[in-house]
Amino acid sequence: MDKKSKIRYDIILIIGLLVITVIIALAVRLTQKTGKTVVVSVDGVVKYTFPLDEDIEFKIEGYEGGTNYLVIKDGEAYLTEASCPDLLCVHMGKISSQGQSIICLPNRVVVEIRDDNENDLKEYDTIVG
Amino acid sequence: MMDKTKKIATYGVMAALAMILSYVEMQLPAFVAIPGVKLGLTNIVVLVALYKMGYKSALFINIVRIIAVSLLFGTFMSFAFSFTGGMLSTLVMILLKKSDKFSAVGVSVAGGITHNIGQILAAMLLLNTKAIIWYLPVLWLSGILSGLLIGLIGALIVKRIKFMQ
Repeated sequence: MDKKSKIRYDIILIIGLLVITVIIALAVRLTQKTGKTVVVSVDGVVKYTFPLDEDIEFKIEGYEGGTNYLVIKDGEAYLTEASCPDLLCVHMGKISSQGQSIICLPNRVVVEIRDDNENDLKEYDTIVG
Repeated sequence: MMDKTKKIATYGVMAALAMILSYVEMQLPAFVAIPGVKLGLTNIVVLVALYKMGYKSALFINIVRIIAVSLLFGTFMSFAFSFTGGMLSTLVMILLKKSDKFSAVGVSVAGGITHNIGQILAAMLLLNTKAIIWYLPVLWLSGILSGLLIGLIGALIVKRIKFMQ
């Protein structure tokens, strides 16, 4: 295939991919809701849960002795300090929407915002009761 | 067909180049505050290998690079991440190159995106969380931009380089 039509296909490809970016971004944004619960998992296992509307400071014990300091303030969760060398998790900023998360790979810590399942729990209670 | 000695030497030089570029990229601290957002400098080497040495060489050089860099500086986690991302992107780049419909720039853009998708998949599996899908739009966009930049640089090198034929 000649060079000109290759460049045309390149441009079509890039524009197509940019359109998909917008679609994915919109899909993520539209499905986003403010969460109610902060869930902390270490190495894939849920370790702690906190309500998002209560201000706390908490030291997370990560994988192989690593630590991260979790702060929940004004309905936002973030990490202030960590034992990992790159501190990516600290730079990841504040999260408050359902499905958002902060991840610290060296300590295998995932801080995630979820919708709390109060309704599900109540239903469960009535069935049991 | 180049003779065997020259072939081995060229493989070594390319793998070493890919490794040093991996290292250089590691020294750019938190280039952007989101993990996975990278320039992908090593992809220049993979791209040049793909165009100048063939499919198998590009795949082989990338595998050597990933194993060597992970042994030197990485952890099992970082190995799993770069292996999934690296293999997925190299395979997609080979397929697009074979289709003969795109230039090196288009091939590189597709490689940039699939590299990031591979890393997200690895992270979702290893960390057992779906939350990371949140980063998909950001990583998708960064894959396009870095792929574009690397593709333009790679295309220039492919055009100018004379040896290895």
